[in-house]
Amino acid sequence: MDLTYTPEQENFRQEARQWLEANVPSEPLASFDTPEGFEAHRQWEHKLNSGGWAMVPWPVEYGGRGANLLEWLIFEEEYYRVGAPGRVNQNGIFLLGPTIMEYGSPEQKVRFLPKMASSEEVWAQGWSEPNAGSDMANIQATAIADGDAYVINGQKTWASRGAYAHWLFGMFRTDPESSRHHGLTFILVPLDTPGITVRPIEKINGKKAFAEVFFDNARVPLDNRLGEEGQGWSVAMATAGFERGLMLRSPSRFQNTARKLVELYRKTLAAGGFVDPALRDRVTRCWVEAEAYTLNTYQTVSRLMAGDKIGAEASLNKIFWSELDIRMHEAALSLLGARAELRPGAPGADGVDDWLDGFIFALAGPIYAGTNEIQRNIIAERILGMPRK
Amino acid sequence: MEFNFSEDQQLLQQAVRDFLEGECTPAAVRELWETETGRSKTFWSQLAEIGVPGLLVPEDDGGLGMDERDMVLVLEEAGRAALAEPVISTAAVGVPLLVELGELGQSGLTKKWLGPVASGEAILAVGHAQSPFVADAHVADLLLLPQDQDLHAVERGDVTLTAQPSNDQSQRLFSVDWSPSEKTCVAQGTEGAALQGAAFDRGVLACAAEQLGVGQQLIDMAALYTSQRQQFGVAIGTFQAVKHRLANAKVQVEYARAVVYRAAHSVATGSPQRSTDVSMAKVMAGEAALFASKEALQVHGAIGYTYEQDLHIWMKRAWSLDLAFGTSAWHRARLADAIIDGQAPASAFGYCAPGS
Repeated sequence: MDLTYTPEQENFRQEARQWLEANVPSEPLASFDTPEGFEAHRQWEHKLNSGGWAMVPWPVEYGGRGANLLEWLIFEEEYYRVGAPGRVNQNGIFLLGPTIMEYGSPEQKVRFLPKMASSEEVWAQGWSEPNAGSDMANIQATAIADGDAYVINGQKTWASRGAYAHWLFGMFRTDPESSRHHGLTFILVPLDTPGITVRPIEKINGKKAFAEVFFDNARVPLDNRLGEEGQGWSVAMATAGFERGLMLRSPSRFQNTARKLVELYRKTLAAGGFVDPALRDRVTRCWVEAEAYTLNTYQTVSRLMAGDKIGAEASLNKIFWSELDIRMHEAALSLLGARAELRPGAPGADGVDDWLDGFIFALAGPIYAGTNEIQRNIIAERILGMPRK
Repeated sequence: MEFNFSEDQQLLQQAVRDFLEGECTPAAVRELWETETGRSKTFWSQLAEIGVPGLLVPEDDGGLGMDERDMVLVLEEAGRAALAEPVISTAAVGVPLLVELGELGQSGLTKKWLGPVASGEAILAVGHAQSPFVADAHVADLLLLPQDQDLHAVERGDVTLTAQPSNDQSQRLFSVDWSPSEKTCVAQGTEGAALQGAAFDRGVLACAAEQLGVGQQLIDMAALYTSQRQQFGVAIGTFQAVKHRLANAKVQVEYARAVVYRAAHSVATGSPQRSTDVSMAKVMAGEAALFASKEALQVHGAIGYTYEQDLHIWMKRAWSLDLAFGTSAWHRARLADAIIDGQAPASAFGYCAPGS
């Protein structure tokens, strides 16, 4: 155990820092859940990709930088430190990308990964259906092979980024006689395919963050299947692992929030007025827990780099970061007091930052990527060995 | 940057685990509770054969010459087995304090004691400012005691002990009546204060490591019990209300783990963030162990509340360790001083790396 960075790692950090400081937009971009914000974020991704920083842990031939996971953590630290924009194509780069790396054919890798890294193609997720939420094995949408195409019928819902994305990945039932997690296949679907209707859904802040997607005899080439037919469940579990685990939520995101929270506490105290005495402890705990999440991630990365695999542990991860995110935003709103209620742009909203939107976003954390109740079942059954029935 | 333990470190941990699983059974723990000292000379000499008391003793003085990164795994196993022997006072805190005293000119004292400690013949007890009591003073041959900023070394024959029976029968606490003198003083002023501070932080780390083991053991016992206990015709471990309690405890223990290991690294390498890092470790591991004790008791139901069932062995460890070497509340206050007021160095690991 040696928790210091090598000179090479320090150099990598400096290189990332210099590029980011020179290139990160000086003004925050509009939310990527608005049409103009979506385009602005894609332009940023394009710039990031031109600098070779869009997907640092990917191989160079697929648009990456060939860096290892530790360097990726360092990059993420610099990315959040400098306040760079959120990643509009996170479904692609953090979830589908690693899945294609593991299950894709050579042709699929060349076809999909570079355009994903550049965000020329932005991806939506297509897991849930009206009757397949936590019970994902109850998927009903079908994809029936017909000549050179799958003919897709049915409905997906809560498709994250679905309102503006170009492609959707998801699971469909290719064997209509099958049930539960058998007979499912992982398919990559262009959303401009005839027969597909996308209906955006507004989340509680009115932004179009996700969508319902209707399929009416939509024909998608057989080549768009990822992994073997009928093996969709295993492929999807790999994707879900990335989503719950370290790829989607790198620790620096939470460290950055914790740092802002400590600053907000100091500022609020310095401004006089009432500050709940319990907040000193709450803020301290948030900071400590962000640190714990970081250390845990570094430990996981060390394990992965030594050749270990992570499985059900990703569920521990997902519970911890999603609930920490809420606690941090709740503490911030408590510090803001009456002003916590102000929408951005209100005359009195100076200094309230984006804590309110952050709080609303954080509330989704324990629900998406498998509810935390499902994660707790996984921990109990697969880590603690408790009985399923 | 490497967070993994080496193969040698894992082998040492396994050796300690194997020994304790065989010898330090719940029945053996209970048997010791009924004895006057609560300590076993046999255990201690067997632990000395594995090298535990001399783990941090330099090789030249007959020890293994290892550091806290090795010790942390041994202490985790001690917690898992509810081992009552004075591993913390002697091996984790007393030895490095003697080594540091040697570096400051007290080489006579160091040479006299390190060898016998490593071979299991001598035991150390260390007092600190956060507790009016000294643990394991009754079996100690040498006591290292603070007096304001100064540090004193006093042999057992020169102190009077009053036992303070403790709820955790594995813990033996004493009030120590002694007379500080020029002869007993081994470090003064800022030097003495620095030694006290370092010794205290080592104790904090050691408790945190044991708390990890205690928390994990409580979860394992509860998972096993609820997988077997039947009600309504099924194992109660099938119920989500039961599963989720233990899953929550597991999350807490796992998110304490890397914090404890990092603290071991900080102590071993003399990091300027040492005090903050060990406080963080004790808060995270201590609260995880306390939480695990409550959830484990609840899912056991009435049987877990009995003296006959073994659960309380570890519950009591969780409670007593939380109060040893500074309570969680004390450490949270120290963390707030560091993080919010900037009174002590606190890192955001990686995020504000050197050069930033």
